[in-house]
Order: sequence, then C-alpha cells, then structure tokens
Amino acid sequence: MKKIIILGAGTAGTIMLNKLRKALPRDEWTITIIDQHRTHYYQPGFLFIPFGIYNREDVIKPKADFFPPGVNVIFDETDKIHPEESSILMKDGTVHKYDYLIIATGTQTRPEETPGLKGDLWYKEIFDFYTIEGAMALREYFKRWEGGHLVMNIAEVPYKCPVAPLEFVFLADDYFTKIGIRNKVKISYVTPMSGAFTKPRATKMLSGLLEEKNIDVIPDFYLESVDNEKKVIRSYDEREISFDVLTIVPVNMGSEIIERSNMGDDLFFVPTDKHTLRSEQYENIFVLGDAANIPTSKAGSVAHFAADILFENLLSAIEGRELHAKFDGHANCYIETGGGKGSLIDFNYETEPLPGTFPLPGIGPFGLLKNTRMNHYGKVMFRWIYWHILLKGKEMPIDPLMSMAGKCKNC
Amino acid sequence: METRTIAGKSVSFTEDGYMSDMHEWNEDIAKELAKEENIELDDLHWKVLGFLREKQAAGVSLTIRSVGKSGIVDIKGFYTLFPGGPLKLSTKIAGLPKPASCV
Repeated sequence: MKKIIILGAGTAGTIMLNKLRKALPRDEWTITIIDQHRTHYYQPGFLFIPFGIYNREDVIKPKADFFPPGVNVIFDETDKIHPEESSILMKDGTVHKYDYLIIATGTQTRPEETPGLKGDLWYKEIFDFYTIEGAMALREYFKRWEGGHLVMNIAEVPYKCPVAPLEFVFLADDYFTKIGIRNKVKISYVTPMSGAFTKPRATKMLSGLLEEKNIDVIPDFYLESVDNEKKVIRSYDEREISFDVLTIVPVNMGSEIIERSNMGDDLFFVPTDKHTLRSEQYENIFVLGDAANIPTSKAGSVAHFAADILFENLLSAIEGRELHAKFDGHANCYIETGGGKGSLIDFNYETEPLPGTFPLPGIGPFGLLKNTRMNHYGKVMFRWIYWHILLKGKEMPIDPLMSMAGKCKNC
Repeated sequence: METRTIAGKSVSFTEDGYMSDMHEWNEDIAKELAKEENIELDDLHWKVLGFLREKQAAGVSLTIRSVGKSGIVDIKGFYTLFPGGPLKLSTKIAGLPKPASCV
C-alpha cells in the first residue's frame, strides 16, 4: 500500500482529503490526516462575533463531520517532519511514513512576538479577532463599552485574510452607529503599509468609504511594542498612538511544526513553487493554503482554488508525469462594508482587483469593487456553501484560475 | 505606465511611481531615485538594496522583519537609512514593485 499524509485538517487539508479519497483507489492508497484539534472553525465568521451578528455555535463544527469514509484520522500532536526520511514524528514518539506529504498547517497569530502585546491588558482592553477566544472576549467588552478611541492595528504582513481588518472597522462604524454612540467613538486604522488601500483600482473605487465613515487612516506605522501602562502603541520610528481599546492583527507565522522541522522561511512559511505548489526542496511534498510562502493572499478561497491545481499535479507526480497544472494565485474575497452592503474582489498574481461584474452561474452576477447589497448576501450565503460544498471538495461553479470575464481593465 | 529618462536611460514606471521592470535598474538609476527621496546612498544602503533585489528575484515576499533579520541592519537601523517608510522607500530605490496588500 502506498501512503499519503495530509498534515493539518483545516480548510485546505479537509478539501484535499475529500478530493483525494474520491480519486485514489482504496486498495492501493491509504490516506491519513493528522491534526491536534478536533474542532473546525468557520474563520470568516469570527469577524461578525464582536458585533453580536454570529455566536460561537455559528462558527464551529466537529472536524470529523467533514472527513469522508475510508481514511485514517489521527488527532494528536505532531513533533516534526523528517523530509529526508519521508516520515513524521509524533510527540508521543510514533513515526508515520509517507510516499507523499501534503502540508496544510496554516498560519498562526503570534502575539508574543510583539513586546507588551500579551501584557496586563490582553483580552481586557486589547483583543484579536483571529481566535474564537479573542472574538468572544471582544464581544463581551463591546457590550459594555461607552466610547473612546478604537485603534485597529496590523502588526506585520503577511497576515490571514488581508481585508478582515478593513471589514472590522466598517462593521464597527455600523455597530456603534446602531447602538447610538458613534459620536463618542473615534476609529483609527493603523497599518504598516502605505495606506488602507495600496492597489490603484481598489484605492480609486473604495477609499472614499473610509472618509464617508469617518475612519482615520494612519499609514507606515510599523509596530515595535505596546505600552500597557500608558495605553499606547509605539512604532520603530518612535511614534506613539494612544488607545482606549486596541484590536490587533498580531504577527502571523507558520506552524511550530514547520519551525521545529527547519522547513520554513524567516516567518516559518514553507518555500513553495508558486505555480506547481510543490515544495521547493522536496519532490514528494506539496504545500496547500496559508502554510505556503506563495505571494498571494492567505485566505480560504486561495486554498480552495489551489486545491484543484495541487490535486492535478499530485496525480501527475504519482504517475511520473510532468507537473502541468499551474496555479495563478487566484483569490476571491467578499469585503463587508457595513449597513448590509459589501464589495467583492477577484484577482491573481498578475492582475490587481479590477472593477466590473463577477458572473456566477445561478447566483450572480456580483459587482466587483462596488458596494452593493447583493455582495453582502453573497457573503452571508457563503457560510452555507463553505460547510456543505467547499469543505467536502464538491464542484463549485467557479473556475480555479482567474477569468477576465466581466472585468474592466481601463475603468 | 509612464516613461522617464533617468541617468541617461529610458525607464518605465507604474502608475504608483515604482519601476515596472527590475531588470532595467542599475546603480546610476538608484542614485537618482534616492536623490528624489533626499537620500544619499552609502555602503549600508547598497547592501540593503542588494539584499532586497536578491530576495525579490527569488520570489520571496519582502518584509521589514526580514531586513531586520538579514544581519545587515536591525529594524531601527533600517528606519535610519530610509526614514519614514523604510520598505516603501528602499524597494522604490531598488527598482522593485511597491509593497502592496491585495486591495
């Protein structure tokens, strides 16, 4: 029997597991999935929890509900990968050999990388919304908050779901307006990038929203430390911004398994061929989703599109053929903008988000870089699609490679 | 896309003012681009520019943190070399694309 191991049972690993089990004969291939956690989180939903739109129950289900029959499931802690020996060492000393490995260990927030961030105010007046714990703690805080300075800060790039902090400030504006204290809340968006928007078309189409919603943008702010006593964030060039409540995207890094295995770059993302999705170093290792260092967004949509390409290439590798499928970095993201509206972006390695329409058979079209109710419904519907179609690796009416249909280059 | 003559060479730029082709770059162009940002390039600047160009050519995403870990300068030193927005300015002078998010 030949063996495939999938390391990580998040969005990427689960999609891959379903695709592979369907395609590979059970009498020739055993497929094993390894993860230390048993709960699957619908992570796009975390964003809605602080505002009471979703509850914990809306975003969690058992991982095992999404595994097909006929696979080995190991819920246990991995120590490291031994790529030279094609094996995985578990924390309890067990060794699992593989013929092919798919790394889908994702990205993690590492608040401890920033001095002072995980200090006295952590989950009291400083919150992340990239974990269920952070999102729930922020929900409790917002229930009682009477106003002040809300600072949304991004500590480092890259990070998971690049539009999430923007969506967060849009939803915050909406929420504080609805509960009647928007006039007592100042909202600042503090980013290490040159602005909240950095691509020409998106800037032109969407940056007006920030002004309209009275959100201050403070660009080029690269976080060095958090001072819990003075309640300020401090940058490397010694600027200070004071806050009453700080919501933060902590430094993102790859898994500690990658770190311990010495297989990552300086942020512990795995060097991966951006077209074939095979490891740069090892011929029998492929990398899917946020764990890879490929230069596109860390997002579920990318993992979903890339899964089709990786699947093709893995089958080619198994049959000794050349890896002919080429990933283009395709990403597709809804952007909640508050007030029951949303925007949509669709892009890849080469093409920035462009305006136009996004055709989706049976459901769309949606408006690209436009602010519409239809786009918001798309985001709302997506949770159902995620649980019932996407994770199970079923076919969706959307091509893995980006299409120019509906997009306008010169708008 | 716009074309400008810099250091005697015709160079094309994207609409955000960054060189569109890193292979059109040379040291004389870098000196001119640095001058436009009021920066005079010394040895340390050149080492950072070389590091960034090497990483970019290898397809690696550039971050302030990775420059800080490069052994050339720490993050504070990087700010001293390119005040205000070190990665934004250094990539511009190194003839590389603008560091950008997805939107």
